[in-house]
Amino acid sequence: MSSLTLALRDSSTMLRRNLLHARRYPSLTLNLLLTPVMLLLLFVYIFGDTMSGGAGRSAYIAYITPGILLMTIGSTVIGTAVSVATDMNEGIIARFRTMNIHRSSVLLGHVAGSVLQAITSVALVGAVALAMGFRSTHATLLDWLAAFALLTLVALAFTWIAVGMGLASPNAEAASNNAMPLILLPLISSAFVPLHTMPGWFQPIAHYQPFTPAIETLRGLLLGTDTGNNAWITIAWCLGLTALGYRWSKTQFNHNPT
Amino acid sequence: MSDPAIAANGLRKSYGETTVLDGIDIHVPAGTIYSLLGPNGAGKTTAVKILSTLISPDPASGPLRVGGHDLTTDPQAVRAAIGVTGQFSAVDGLITGEENMLLMADLNHLPRGEGRRVTAELLERFDLTQAAKKPASTYSGGMKRRLDIAMTLVGNPKIIFLDEPTTGLDPRSRHTMWQIIRELVTDGVTVFLTTQYLEEADQLADRIAVLTNGKIAAQGSAEELKRLIPGGHVQLRFTDPAAYQTAALTLREATRDDQALTLRIPSDGTQRELRTILDRLDAAGTEADELTVHTPDLDDVFFALTSTTSIPAQPAQPKEAVR
Repeated sequence: MSSLTLALRDSSTMLRRNLLHARRYPSLTLNLLLTPVMLLLLFVYIFGDTMSGGAGRSAYIAYITPGILLMTIGSTVIGTAVSVATDMNEGIIARFRTMNIHRSSVLLGHVAGSVLQAITSVALVGAVALAMGFRSTHATLLDWLAAFALLTLVALAFTWIAVGMGLASPNAEAASNNAMPLILLPLISSAFVPLHTMPGWFQPIAHYQPFTPAIETLRGLLLGTDTGNNAWITIAWCLGLTALGYRWSKTQFNHNPT
Repeated sequence: MSDPAIAANGLRKSYGETTVLDGIDIHVPAGTIYSLLGPNGAGKTTAVKILSTLISPDPASGPLRVGGHDLTTDPQAVRAAIGVTGQFSAVDGLITGEENMLLMADLNHLPRGEGRRVTAELLERFDLTQAAKKPASTYSGGMKRRLDIAMTLVGNPKIIFLDEPTTGLDPRSRHTMWQIIRELVTDGVTVFLTTQYLEEADQLADRIAVLTNGKIAAQGSAEELKRLIPGGHVQLRFTDPAAYQTAALTLREATRDDQALTLRIPSDGTQRELRTILDRLDAAGTEADELTVHTPDLDDVFFALTSTTSIPAQPAQPKEAVR
């Protein structure tokens, strides 16, 4: 068996294992969905009228949905960090390390499973937004496909970072704390209010972080707003984070014998 | 003779200043059971982790070959030849016993039908068919160990490492595990076993190595090791100091303990030697209040070899048979 076939086969076996875990114990995934859904409800129904500056709730739900969808990814990957950290404390990982299998398949299985979960979560939260009145005004089929690709790319990038965080954490609690910034970052982006409404000293922080360009790009695709070069910046962020997370995770996994 | 299953020379491992394994040699012929015996912290688990490719040995180690493959240059080939059941159960508690087995079948690249057949067979053999559909986290300690070994066997390994396979098991589960290990060897598998139980090594192993402080203090068959401890002895205890004095003068070769009024005479404990001693006491007109015969067992070897001070003249905790 060639090494690529071996890698694919072992990784898909590991993916099945992770999906089995997720299916049998869905509470973690569902709990993580609560945060974006609660924020969506809170901001639309409680603050919506005020936040939109009189433009109305339907205008505000259109404004925040892209940010909420990306926040869903940030939230889901916290679960990834937790399950990786938990998994690494299990004896079965030591067993995998002594087996003649593709070395990285354990990590690749986690990543593939986590990206699938993130996309499913985004779809569920998107459905809630639709039910609450979100409508995409300008999106063509191509825009929808591009939006899907964007969300997948962001999910992949943050999943690798989360896997690295999970590997760096001694236990589930630590992993959950270490991965907290991934759900906080969207709060200090352009998800809920435009950047120019923020204090001047804070604007660079909100501006130069991966969620803002990703949110602006998604807005452009779904609502036809001007995206400028945000799409390229997002792609650069995602590729960079993926490469970083991949290297960081792989190094830790190979040099971290239990 | 064919290639040994395990041939490790000068195996070393240290963490910073702490030396865990200080150059040990291990040679295990194929199809035999080799037991690494030692107290907690002796380095048994470290040896297993290195030989099973989990951690790397110190570069200063000599050549290390497992299943005919070099550990450092060809670890994947070693992994293909071995199976490992670690000290802490290596099962996935979140999924069922059957799913654990099928996971192993997939990772061993067995065709689907073959995987199902092997799974059903091994679950049956290890008495786990009833519990097959339950999550492994609900299993008892003994069941988890059996599932653990069953998972190890899915890949049909030639060499199996068992790190303290019976630690924490009740006596019945322990005997079941011993039976399982014996059956493995009849199938031609080589077993590398670590244990802190002398009885276990005595029962199972063809060859025993006593590991203490990172060094192998002695190795050989159980019989050979027992021979290392100079023979047994007969102990005579007296209550009457006069009788004790008379006996001590009669049996001049005895080691005296004037405080406890006991005499210790080197003896292999045979009937002939006992009769000689008793005849001599009779001839001197004296009689011991208590006579015990002590024959050396693996405990004595263990205590003698693993004591941190010099080898004591008498075992710390002799097991004595009162006659």
